[in-house]
Amino acid sequence: MPGDVDPGLFDLRPRETAGAALERAARLGSGHASARVGFLRRSSVFLHDGVPSSGSDTVDTAVSVRVLRGGGTGFASLTDPTPGTAVLCAERAVRMADATARAGVGGAALAEEPVHRATWCSEYEVNPFDVPSGDRAALMADWSRRLLRVPPVSHVWAMLVVTEENTFYADSAGTETAQRRIRMHPMLVAVGTHPRTGASASLRTLGGPSGQGWEYLAGTDWDWDAELEELPGHLEAKLHAPPVEPGRYDLLIDPSNLWLTLHESVGHATELDRVLGHEAGYAGTSFVSPDRVGALRYGSELMNVTADRTEPGGLATVGFDDEGVAAQRWPLVENGVLTGLQVDRRGAHTVGADRSNGCAYAESAAHAPLQRMPNVSLQPVPGGPSTEDLISGMADGIYVVGAAGWSIDMQRRNFQFTAQRCYRVRRGELAGQLGGVAYQGTTLDFWASLTAVGGTGTYRLFGADLCAKGQPVQAAPVGHGCPAALFEGVRVQRTA
Amino acid sequence: MAEHTPQDTAERVLADCGADGCVVVVERTSTAYLRWAGNTVIGNGHTDEGRTTVAALRDTPEGTAAGVVSRGGVRGLDTAGIAEDARRASFQSIPSRDAPALPGPREAPASSAADWDAPVPGVLEDALAVVPEELGSVFARARAESRLLYGYAEHRIRTTYLASSSGTRLRHVQPSATLDLTVRAADSPASSWAGDSASGDPLTPFPPGWVASMDDRLRERPWRKERSVLPPGRYEVLLSPSCVADLMLHMYRSMDAEEALAGRTAFGRPGGGTRVGERLTRQPLTLRSDPGSPGLGCVPFVVARDAEGSVFDSGLALRPTDWIADGTLGALVRDRRSARGAGAAATPRTDSLCLAGPADAPSLADMVASTDRALLLTSLWYLRQVDPGSLLLTGLTRDGVYLVENGEITGAVGNFRFEESPLGMLDRVVEVGRTERTLPREWGDCSTRTAMPALRVAGFTMSSTTTSS
Repeated sequence: MPGDVDPGLFDLRPRETAGAALERAARLGSGHASARVGFLRRSSVFLHDGVPSSGSDTVDTAVSVRVLRGGGTGFASLTDPTPGTAVLCAERAVRMADATARAGVGGAALAEEPVHRATWCSEYEVNPFDVPSGDRAALMADWSRRLLRVPPVSHVWAMLVVTEENTFYADSAGTETAQRRIRMHPMLVAVGTHPRTGASASLRTLGGPSGQGWEYLAGTDWDWDAELEELPGHLEAKLHAPPVEPGRYDLLIDPSNLWLTLHESVGHATELDRVLGHEAGYAGTSFVSPDRVGALRYGSELMNVTADRTEPGGLATVGFDDEGVAAQRWPLVENGVLTGLQVDRRGAHTVGADRSNGCAYAESAAHAPLQRMPNVSLQPVPGGPSTEDLISGMADGIYVVGAAGWSIDMQRRNFQFTAQRCYRVRRGELAGQLGGVAYQGTTLDFWASLTAVGGTGTYRLFGADLCAKGQPVQAAPVGHGCPAALFEGVRVQRTA
Repeated sequence: MAEHTPQDTAERVLADCGADGCVVVVERTSTAYLRWAGNTVIGNGHTDEGRTTVAALRDTPEGTAAGVVSRGGVRGLDTAGIAEDARRASFQSIPSRDAPALPGPREAPASSAADWDAPVPGVLEDALAVVPEELGSVFARARAESRLLYGYAEHRIRTTYLASSSGTRLRHVQPSATLDLTVRAADSPASSWAGDSASGDPLTPFPPGWVASMDDRLRERPWRKERSVLPPGRYEVLLSPSCVADLMLHMYRSMDAEEALAGRTAFGRPGGGTRVGERLTRQPLTLRSDPGSPGLGCVPFVVARDAEGSVFDSGLALRPTDWIADGTLGALVRDRRSARGAGAAATPRTDSLCLAGPADAPSLADMVASTDRALLLTSLWYLRQVDPGSLLLTGLTRDGVYLVENGEITGAVGNFRFEESPLGMLDRVVEVGRTERTLPREWGDCSTRTAMPALRVAGFTMSSTTTSS
């Protein structure tokens, strides 16, 4: 039931298991040690033209231990959480820490955190796992058939993934937390064919993954009925859309597209582990340096970006992170100036912070925590314009809707994004779809070109549930709220 | 708590399932890894994972329904419980029409069947024991040379057991070791990357000296040459085998026959049908998957989980498949149901990929020596699809772009964003190098069994530049 941690977590006797690990680590001389016991459930169904093509229901349990000892750090995990396996993990983690120390390097000290003893659950009305899997698949099949009935839709791929995390955390300082998080990811892609040329186009639903429960598919916060009703018409227009002329355009970017640009150009750029170079060999670093916090002009004065692990429905919303740090909210960019970073307990001291702001996350209890992104959102302007107001104020430009392709360089400067739909705007009105639009830019120039921000009525929460980072690679869910926003003179390429 | 052998687990689940058909996949994975950045170890781990996946099949007048459930853990697995969960899931699943019967032993690879009774080879208790001390000396040398090293070493063994109600019993052991190393100058944007993978005996320790020898390779490169910025435009490029691997893997991922027929990919023919039989390149290039290929060996039978593959094909032997044969598109990825509908052979996806040209192909060094003017690209990053209809990708060069003039590398060049279709690019390949085992930079965390040649490509489109490194 909502508000409780899944009893399946406590069936694993997590306090006894974690306690055995911490005791063994202490006996072996480790400094700070932490243990996590996790119960992760995921159910998926994939359909092609309304017929299930694959799917599964997965339950993963694990225990893991992280220790600091002798200047080294060590981590170990096993998929059977018992006091006995927890002890084995502690012993392996200590051996790994000793091996690390043999490389002749020092381990990072953890920033202090108050001791917490608490239980926390994400906000939802109906746990999707309480809905029979057949009903979940049937809804996706029904939605697929609704789309297939309307020309020009010729094929539909659909997917629904529901996930529930239950995690018990304990550390040698005395913190013990237990929490449950729910998230859902529905998606439908409709394909249509131009009757004369035979060329194809596709459109994806814009309602993305969410930290809500089953009520999300019933229409809470996203009008699925309206989206399914309108999608064939949008696809018909896309099939007949003339290609864009490359050049510089004013872009009104819908929150359904802008969230991904924000994620890549602000979210990842302000991750401390990238700033410190930890991802130089893999996910990449950042143009941001710690000494520029408080000084770097990131964008126009209209740009206010908040980091938040407390936002209801956010994919990165938690009670406590995977280092036992309580969830927080803080500014990243204020009036266009960089004012904050995302920090975990290992990195806090490197930027002179006394405390982590709670940005550690591990994909499951079998994974080591990394510094990961909180919900990062562009704030709307209270009393600001509606999307219609913003369109009516444009003399000539493009309205960009729905995230599609994305790519950004390894220091988060040069990027390119495409969209599900793009509309030409002339004299304050939409003038039909355009094909092949990709906008390119560099992060600081792009955000400096922000000339209008929509009001709270345009703000919507989107996000990604498979943001990848780290070696071994881990996926993390992260939410992004955005208002509609206007950018001047952005370079547009033609892709098709 | 009792721990059953994987074989016992599979047999118990099959006995308990009570469905019209059943497939059980039991996996044991042991992984050890070490990660470093800026001449400092920043992470390590040892993980042991057990997983049992059960597909229960239910025959109905409308077709066959499959319920698939997967449970982590080794000790105390409730075999009756997981069988019942799968059977129940099959009643929640919508039947599939035309689902083929499960493959029997005669359709499975004999070599894997012969190993069924063998145990899990073990876990990697000290697989990386040699690496930290080696790193200590490599870090010391790097510090003395004002170099910063970033890298990742991983050793993994995955043992897979597959049993089905059709009598199939299969076992496969997949050992793999990967190493990647990036060097950056402490005082400039200069950088270089190298990566490699290996697969040997399951419990052979991580190859001693591997990190030091890779560092030696990086030191020999001209990565600290003065860096200039060239404008966007179309260039002749020499793509390293790693670059080619990333591009070919993107193409391979889009080679699904059903999606092509639906017009969703570049392998569909406008107006219907696929492009199988169409010549894609004038070069004698063959793109092949072969689970038995020496050094690139992978699971030689279909193991369907979640969105990958069809559970109805579980245990089916994977045969060598020429996706491109001598420049002509030879096959697209098809499960048995799709193949039967098309009157074609089943060609499921296989976890190894090799691109090869002429037998007497030159080395990359020879290709550089015969170059008038070109850009040498050593690794690619952040490749993403821009236009599925043409398989147009955008992406970035990373950690090593060099200007080659008159047969020599004359300088380093800043990074570019490029726009290219790996499919369209094939027709602009003007020279094919010698095929070698390589680690794709971007796909290297999930596809390590690739062998590729260097390619010389005309008119490679660089759409913008970046100061990032």
